[in-house]
Amino acid sequence: MITFLSDIGVLLSDTGMWKNLIEFGILLFLAALGEVIAEKSGVLNLGVEGMMAVGAMTGYWAGIQTGSPWAAIIIAAVAVALFATLHGVVSVVLGADQVVSGLALTILGLGLAAFLGTDLVSQAPGAKFDDLSLGALSELPGVGPTLFSMDAMGWVALFFGALTWFVINRTRAGLNLRAVGESAATADAAGTPVVGTRLIAVAIGGAFAGLAGAYLTLKITPSWNESIVGGLGWIAVALVIFGAWRPGRVLIGALLFGGLIAVGPRFQTRRCNGDEITNCITTEINPILVSMLPYLLTILVLVVLSIRSRNRPSVAPAAIGQAYRREER
Amino acid sequence: MRSDVFLTERRGEHREPAHTTSTGPDRPSGVENIVTAVELDGIWKRFPGVIANAGASLTVAPGSVHAVLGENGAGKTTLMNVLAGVYRPDEGTVRLDDVEQSFSKPADAIAAGVGMVYQEFRLIPTFTVTENVVLGSAPAVLSKSALETEVGELAERFGLQTNPGREVWQLSMGERQRVEILKALWRDARVLILDEPTAVLTPDEAAELGRITAAMAGEGRSIIFISHKLDEVKTFCDEATVLRGGKTVASSLSVDDLDAGRMAELMVGEATAVSQRRVRTNPIGEHVLAVDDMVVHDVHGRAVVAGVSLTVAEGEIVGIAGVAGNGQRPLADAIAGLTPASQGRVSIGSTDLTKLNPRSRNANGLAYVPEDRIGVGLAPRMNAVDNAILRTYRSLGDGPFIDRSAAEDRATDLIERYNIKVGRVDQPLAGLSGGNLQRLLVGRELDDNPIALIAAQPTRGLDVQGVKAIQEIIVDQAVDGVGVLLISEDLEELFALSDRLLVMHEGSVVAEFDPDTATRAEVGAAMAGAGAH
Repeated sequence: MITFLSDIGVLLSDTGMWKNLIEFGILLFLAALGEVIAEKSGVLNLGVEGMMAVGAMTGYWAGIQTGSPWAAIIIAAVAVALFATLHGVVSVVLGADQVVSGLALTILGLGLAAFLGTDLVSQAPGAKFDDLSLGALSELPGVGPTLFSMDAMGWVALFFGALTWFVINRTRAGLNLRAVGESAATADAAGTPVVGTRLIAVAIGGAFAGLAGAYLTLKITPSWNESIVGGLGWIAVALVIFGAWRPGRVLIGALLFGGLIAVGPRFQTRRCNGDEITNCITTEINPILVSMLPYLLTILVLVVLSIRSRNRPSVAPAAIGQAYRREER
Repeated sequence: MRSDVFLTERRGEHREPAHTTSTGPDRPSGVENIVTAVELDGIWKRFPGVIANAGASLTVAPGSVHAVLGENGAGKTTLMNVLAGVYRPDEGTVRLDDVEQSFSKPADAIAAGVGMVYQEFRLIPTFTVTENVVLGSAPAVLSKSALETEVGELAERFGLQTNPGREVWQLSMGERQRVEILKALWRDARVLILDEPTAVLTPDEAAELGRITAAMAGEGRSIIFISHKLDEVKTFCDEATVLRGGKTVASSLSVDDLDAGRMAELMVGEATAVSQRRVRTNPIGEHVLAVDDMVVHDVHGRAVVAGVSLTVAEGEIVGIAGVAGNGQRPLADAIAGLTPASQGRVSIGSTDLTKLNPRSRNANGLAYVPEDRIGVGLAPRMNAVDNAILRTYRSLGDGPFIDRSAAEDRATDLIERYNIKVGRVDQPLAGLSGGNLQRLLVGRELDDNPIALIAAQPTRGLDVQGVKAIQEIIVDQAVDGVGVLLISEDLEELFALSDRLLVMHEGSVVAEFDPDTATRAEVGAAMAGAGAH
């Protein structure tokens, strides 16, 4: 027990771990925020993993071409927004099954990114987001070298989070978005364009997945290979449920899941071996177990949510997964 | 008592329908040049196999509460959907305040000032009252408290009690209806259509609704009140238009001229016999179908069938008359085993069916032609063969397999015997006319020689030949000794076919008549609840 507590102390005092936590948190937050927007409109998009792969590859390529991380990440966002529109057209305009179409987007995206990115594997990164120093704030103990030294995309992600919350809850556009996702027929009768709203939501969701993917290859692991996304997209999909479709809770979940991703490998890399006995970890935990935790936590949240919705409507958008066609008897 | 007081209150107000006083000096000044708020003229609307409106018309004066009466299938809802922009009429014109309109979608009608409150509310349960009200016409940035205040003030202006900040799933049916009305008022609807608004309300809530419609009419708005309950029409409305078979049979009657007999006569048709009373040729035998003290509750726990007992003898046709929604449908479903009964027994001959599932009841000789021929009776996306063998596929089977050629023979046989016009037996049914669908359904149900037949609204929506064909099949069955329970809203049909005529009102059988001696007025009065307790 004492050794376990000291292990936790080792992890908590690891600045690298905290920086990793924040970076993965930013990535998951961006991807999940996009999925929240799409799902709020009633469109489930299981293509996040594939969209992130396309974003990661495009961002890496654009970084080499332009030399600017900002230009690269914007190009990635636009490219993935267009890619996501494929899902939008198939599932919203044509009314195909959202699950099938979304899974197809994942498979297509992974393949497309691997194919187009073949030559990028051996190339050095052309652009990278640097840590952003906030002067005196970055000198603070603890939060200084971690939170207040994160790169600008971290602040952009927080800004987008606040913006998304505001738009969803405090604007006409958000009211229409939620209405379309709760009951398309009701929204249609009230004069809200169902197809247009959903298409835009899916495209914006794609743009966010593009930002997340590009952030991976322009910051976290500045390199490209076809398996680089490695399931982060699926964690983002689970995170939407974990966060109950609310940006604030999604942020908390992103940091929690980001922490699990950051901690996992350290059970191996910081293991005590040989002569080293201080400032290292003695507990043996298989990192694969740690990487399962986000999904376990999501299942736990699903159980809690379903118990809670016994006497009240579910927190999930009611029309999720349902194509809409106006009916004439 | 309550509604009487209310009636006097409201009648005391000075707001007679404008067109009755159009030459008088004291018309409300706001509507000076406008004679009609709504004018629907010569509206035709056809659906595959059904003519819903056949030249229907409706004229509503500004500032009046106008009842639209008619039985189910009379075309009321279709006509209102034309006015609300849901359907485009095949023929006919829609005018609002004397200006011709052409609506291609509901939003057009909303923009022109028509609001409709459907029987099934179109509200988003997880939205607050305010969010539901402003959806579709909200400001770009929503200030929650300001909007809630605004909605609250609007509600207060019309005496609508509501809590703008509550989520709709927490509200009662009456409150939800008030939210729907608020939605229309928020868009400044000049014409508000209420589709059977009191069906989901308690008596107190219904009285409340009457006060609200009066307040709206007092501002010069027009309310169209779809109903088939005489007492509320007399209490809440100024005038009434009656539809029957898709046509307008009486327009803009003063409700003071309306009584139960007249209303029943208008709604179900006068004594001009279309069908001849059938001459019984077969003797009536032993009881084949018996229902004993059946009680059925709906999802809200209300007893929609409140202790019904009846018997049908061999070769007898027992008719059940009643205004729609008085328990006929749950009664039929419960006898067939589709709806669980909370109490009571069903037997066929000496076999007790009470605990059996629908398939076993059918195997014991009970056939059921349900009211919804598409959906409950037939699967429209399956083809004629599959539909024809839905009941009897087990006898065509060889283990888990179905003998397709035997199935096709069975279907072809039905198609020939009942003169069903299908293009190809392997095409989905969806394109068939109502008459052909019904002949296929009835033919299938009679295929394995039942002992008793429940036929619910078997001729509703069919054309003249279709009606005749189905009625002939039913009579033939009775002649062959089948006991028939015929549930219908068509009094002509019931008088022509039945040996005995029962009347249902509010879930109970309230009267029994001999069709040879009873008058339509007597039956109509029983249907309207006269003498019922």
